[in-house]
Amino acid sequence: MQYELTTPLSREALSPLRAGDTVLLSGIVYTARDAAHARMNEALDRGEPLPFDLRGAAIYYVGPTPERPGCAIGAAGPTTSGRMDKFTPRLLDLGLACMIGKGKRDAAVKQAVVRNGAVYLAAIGGAGALMAGSVKSCEIIAWPDLGCEAVRRLTVEQMPLTVLLDPHGGDLYESGPAAYLASL
Amino acid sequence: MSTGTIRELDAARITDVVERLCIQANTTLPDDVRAALDVAQAEEPWPLAKETLGLLQQNLCVAKQKDLPICQDTGMACVFVELGQDVHLTGDLTDAVNEGVRRGYEKAYLRKSITADPLQRVNTGDNTPAFLTVHLVPGSGCRVTVAPKGAGSENMSRLTMLKPADGVQGVRDFVMETVRLAGANPCPPIVLGIGIGGSFDHCAALAKQALLRPLDVPNPDSYYAALERELRDAINATGFGPQGFGGATTCLGVAIEHKPTHVACLPVAVNVSCHVTRRASAEL
Repeated sequence: MQYELTTPLSREALSPLRAGDTVLLSGIVYTARDAAHARMNEALDRGEPLPFDLRGAAIYYVGPTPERPGCAIGAAGPTTSGRMDKFTPRLLDLGLACMIGKGKRDAAVKQAVVRNGAVYLAAIGGAGALMAGSVKSCEIIAWPDLGCEAVRRLTVEQMPLTVLLDPHGGDLYESGPAAYLASL
Repeated sequence: MSTGTIRELDAARITDVVERLCIQANTTLPDDVRAALDVAQAEEPWPLAKETLGLLQQNLCVAKQKDLPICQDTGMACVFVELGQDVHLTGDLTDAVNEGVRRGYEKAYLRKSITADPLQRVNTGDNTPAFLTVHLVPGSGCRVTVAPKGAGSENMSRLTMLKPADGVQGVRDFVMETVRLAGANPCPPIVLGIGIGGSFDHCAALAKQALLRPLDVPNPDSYYAALERELRDAINATGFGPQGFGGATTCLGVAIEHKPTHVACLPVAVNVSCHVTRRASAEL
């Protein structure tokens, strides 16, 4: 199945999704990766606000290349999500609805996805030039000192994504290869 | 071959060539990798995997059309210089290479991904220092290769010190375990560079060196060439597929480099690379 979704994302809107479905995502997506996650975690420890409202939000694990003049963004494919696992359940419990990246998540993240009715979506790894096509605007909103790791607010249109973890415990990294092998 | 005369080479020429190769490598995939991707896409039987491989091909076209890097992780600049021993460099080689990286990454809007200190983590802002390997070779030539390496795959690389009794089966098991642990992180279809033998440090260097060999060039030793094919087929039989979504194409190629080792040692290193295995070379 293919779904067209727009942020912010409600639990109800995400509920029909199943691992292996495709999503065309539009709206606002925030970028955050290793260093930004560490800082968000520290901010939460201190009781300080985060750079954006987590409720219903989508985070894209990406550090884009610098944009050329006149372009919204440079190449912008996903980075490995597992490095953010340590910080992720806390963000999901605070309302984060959608993560975009690549690679396996740990058991705690999977449980938090199900607990909160969230989703984890794949962007095509190593296809940074292609992924950039759905980003219409990009603005740094926090921690510019982090360079490519700064938090950015992206406006995306019909960003093509694939459901990896769904709100019901489905995991494409298990079901996808299993289905292919069963077909042999 | 030594001629007895010394060739003078201005290090500034190395800066120019490194700048150019950093840009070329990050925007144009080597012909052999592109060809392997095309063959895989044509032969892939699983529809979702075929479609995904098609997107990877499309990405290469978009990168060319829009003058964008193929991948946003434009990598650490791994630079290999094969320097003729009859060459005298005017200027500092390391400085010349770093200046080339600095210029190339700035000029082509490539990402600066290097942190000055592994624990204190402040970005150097210009993607230097390069990771420079120099091999002294006979003659008066100078060959420079730039192979940008992304972290998604680099982080999945592993090294082990097997027991000699573990033999080739131990090597197979370690390689397959590495591939399973890596899963979708290194952006499959992957390319593996494998080092077997040497010392701890030389083994890792062999694995990196193996990634410089074109995918259509097997190891010249038929024993190792057969092992390369066998491992590639075994990886493809996992069914992980492109991006780990399932399918027949998990590995585009395996290259093994080997060297003598201690009677008590059997080191094995696996340097994992992705479908964007980048390298560009030039002769000076």
